[in-house]
Amino acid sequence: MPNMSLEKVPMPEQEPNVRNKNFKEVTLGYTEEMAVEEAQRCLNCKHKPCMQGCPVMVKIPEFIALVAEGKFEEAYKKIQETSSLPAVCGRVCPQENQCEKFCVRGIKGEPVAIGRLERFVADWYMENCKSVSEKPESNGKKVAVVGAGPSGLTCAGDLAKLGYKVTVFEAFHTPGGVLVYGIPEFRLPKDIVAAEVNKLKELGVEVMTNMVIGKVLSVEELLNEEGYDAVFIGTGAGLPSFMKIEGESLNGVYSANEFLTRINLMKAYKFPEYDTPVYVGKNVVVVGGGNVAMDAARSAKRLGAENVYIVYRRSEEEMPARLEEVHHAKEEGIEFKLLNNPVKINGDENGWVDSVTCIKMELGEPDKSGRRRPVPVEGSEFDLDADVVVVAIGQTPNPLIKNTTPDLETNRYGCIVAKEETGETSKTGVYAGGDVVTGAATVILAMGAGKTAAASIDEYLSQRKK
Amino acid sequence: MYKIVRKEVLNPSVSLIEVEAPYIARKAEPGQFIILRVDEKGERIPFTIADYDRDKGTVTVIFQIVGKSTESLNELGEGDSLQDMVGPLGVASNFEGVKKVAVIGGGLGTAIAYPQAKKLHSMGVSVDMINGFRNKDLIIIEDLCKAACTNLYTMTDDGSNGNQGFVTAKLEELINSGEKYDLVVAIGPLVMMKAVCDLTRKYDIKTIVSMNPIMIDGTGMCGGCRITVGGETKFACVDGPDFDGHLVDFDSAIARSRMFKNQEAESRERAHKCRLEGMNNA
Ligand SMILES: Cc1cc2nc3c(=O)[nH]c(=O)nc-3n(C[C@H](O)[C@H](O)[C@H](O)COP(=O)(O)OP(=O)(O)OC[C@H]3O[C@@H](n4cnc5c(N)ncnc54)[C@H](O)[C@@H]3O)c2cc1C
Ligand SMILES: Cc1cc2nc3c(=O)[nH]c(=O)nc-3n(C[C@H](O)[C@H](O)[C@H](O)COP(=O)(O)OP(=O)(O)OC[C@H]3O[C@@H](n4cnc5c(N)ncnc54)[C@H](O)[C@@H]3O)c2cc1C
Ligand code: SF4
Ligand code: SF4
Ligand code: FES
Ligand SMILES: [Mg+2]
Repeated sequence: MPNMSLEKVPMPEQEPNVRNKNFKEVTLGYTEEMAVEEAQRCLNCKHKPCMQGCPVMVKIPEFIALVAEGKFEEAYKKIQETSSLPAVCGRVCPQENQCEKFCVRGIKGEPVAIGRLERFVADWYMENCKSVSEKPESNGKKVAVVGAGPSGLTCAGDLAKLGYKVTVFEAFHTPGGVLVYGIPEFRLPKDIVAAEVNKLKELGVEVMTNMVIGKVLSVEELLNEEGYDAVFIGTGAGLPSFMKIEGESLNGVYSANEFLTRINLMKAYKFPEYDTPVYVGKNVVVVGGGNVAMDAARSAKRLGAENVYIVYRRSEEEMPARLEEVHHAKEEGIEFKLLNNPVKINGDENGWVDSVTCIKMELGEPDKSGRRRPVPVEGSEFDLDADVVVVAIGQTPNPLIKNTTPDLETNRYGCIVAKEETGETSKTGVYAGGDVVTGAATVILAMGAGKTAAASIDEYLSQRKK
Repeated sequence: MYKIVRKEVLNPSVSLIEVEAPYIARKAEPGQFIILRVDEKGERIPFTIADYDRDKGTVTVIFQIVGKSTESLNELGEGDSLQDMVGPLGVASNFEGVKKVAVIGGGLGTAIAYPQAKKLHSMGVSVDMINGFRNKDLIIIEDLCKAACTNLYTMTDDGSNGNQGFVTAKLEELINSGEKYDLVVAIGPLVMMKAVCDLTRKYDIKTIVSMNPIMIDGTGMCGGCRITVGGETKFACVDGPDFDGHLVDFDSAIARSRMFKNQEAESRERAHKCRLEGMNNA
């Protein structure tokens, strides 16, 4: 008899006024009992509507049925058939636009908490099944993976399982990509990412950090001098955009990348125990409406800012952030200044930010993306006090690899052109996937692209004569 | 990896380390830099590649002790290893077509200017090197510099080495005595580079400066190193660190270099306190 409750089994979480002062994980995850109870809400629909919303087609009804029976290890294996990073995706997927959007239980009431169940299964497995992965037999072929984000790590893992000798080249000193430098600890504990990387190492994947491809070695050299049979490029979209308004070079203005890298990768939230500083001040203005903006705002609050504002030029409906993040941000005391756009950052006599001049916006006709275009309301400018401004309005791919790999085709946004079904680029033996191809997107899409590319690299190298 | 194979104390606040980093040594060019971390809790600190040895697979950096991270670095000795080193970063210097150059180093900037002088000298360019220090005890790498240029002028603010004066005064003197430079390379504190640029603008001599803003990644992903050059925003780590000095907005760069002044003092103080407490416990 299914559990007909209209609501998801709530997931325990830290109290808003406690958690907005620490960097520990906000949500605490289901217990076994909660997971079984929630799993019983699933109707095991024959047509599996939820699956069409998952970019990697996780076998949702099947894994949930196993959870309902208390077969957690089997549930994990079921998810693993199509997905590599369930502990991560269960936490950060925008489920409301993906799997849960299509869940029939969502027609009347809340959908099944697919993400929370996925996270539960992955966490349970990590805690209870210390299985050591066996190193597969080598097939004698070498593949280089550039970038240790979700796309690169997934591609590396799949290829290693097929017997390839895989080396991951990562520019930073820690692998993980956005999962370690962008998404904060309170949303995605870094131990989880480290555990995923360790699993790869057990499979025989070599991870070389501090290697900026395009500087220390080029893609060309990987193929022709270092003896790699194929290269996968998963370097993400790490180039910050600025607003190009007056005052952006003032002290106190950060790109979200800088602000979050200081805090997450360099652990400035533990300054001075860790050496890297970050300055937060009393009033913080974060510009943007995506996950990046929410992460920056919630981090600033945790570091002691009194007033943290999200300034976003459209309305809440158009905000690209995950629903849960917006909800959590509000609970934690972040103030939303919607339908507002900064036009100028004002400084004091010492070159520090003093305030931000914003203008009110209203929604006009829909633009090409189908969203109503915001237009400024004439004469509605006002000043918002600010010590710090964080610009979180988007990122594009870093041109380093493009500039050092002449025959690699890119589009006008600087994204590498790659076939969606295979990850093939214009250069033979070179594949690409994740944000560097799509522009800033999601973890699950990057992971899926890594999987696709691994399969076609295998096909290419199996067919190619030695 | 990243083992320190040689360490020399050049003066009480400046040391040289030669570090095993074979991949970087293979590619390094004058004008480029590395970023290193001393330990797991350390900052990412950028340093110019002062020298490299492709055969030995080593990279040399010369650093001045100015705060917490450089103090920690200086505590390491030969045989110790760094946590991380990444590079070579930044654009290599390009000196095509120049015939006579004045290379100017201010204080520690001398160490950053040295590889550039060396490269120019090896290209057969006539190089006058003018290095300035506060007093004679602070003079570093004089012998190396002597071997990397045609004429070396070592100046001190207080005249304690017998050559009193700022580098700008010496440069102007040389220009007025008829030396025709087609390029000036000026590397040192921001105020010094600004003063050199003000001078060379007067004489219409192209001037390259090396900009060292606060950096994290060094690959163009944080934008923290942005400076204004000719009215445009540039990222010093990927577009530089060398720029046309006559186009650089020095005042904004000077303000930005002070962004973390209070935290830097706090970090250093804490390190000193820890060290004292450590001694008390011993
Ligand atoms: C703050 C923030 C919050 C986010 N929140 C969410 C969320 O909640 N849910 C969600 O689904 N998505 C979220 N995203 C988006 C998601 O993280 C990305 O879409 C995803 O990480 C892309 O993966 P990737 O493998 O393509 O690249 P990345 O994760 O960007 O990894 C690329 C890696 O390549 C390395 N690299 C770059 N250039 C080189 C080079 N030349 N040589 C060697 N290495 C190089 C980088 O250092 C990096 O480690 C968020 C993004 C940010 C920035
Ligand atoms: C491209 C580049 C090349 C450099 N080359 C050399 C060199 O060859 N030798 C040398 O001694 N120094 C060099 N520097 C400067 C060196 O990085 C700083 O002195 C060092 O980071 C100071 O760290 P600290 O913790 O000891 O001092 P702190 O007390 O933290 O800082 C002292 C001052 O150093 C600067 N600084 C602090 N953190 C950074 C940072 N992350 N990046 C850049 N500057 C910073 C600031 O202006 C600050 O006020 C270079 C900097 C850059 C950007
Ligand atoms: S991977 Fe993401 S979209 Fe797919 S089922 Fe899991 S949470 Fe849903
Ligand atoms: S749509 Fe919802 S109820 Fe139906 S199988 Fe999927 S998760 Fe279960
Ligand atoms: S140091 Fe981050 S962009 Fe230059
Ligand atoms: Mg420091």
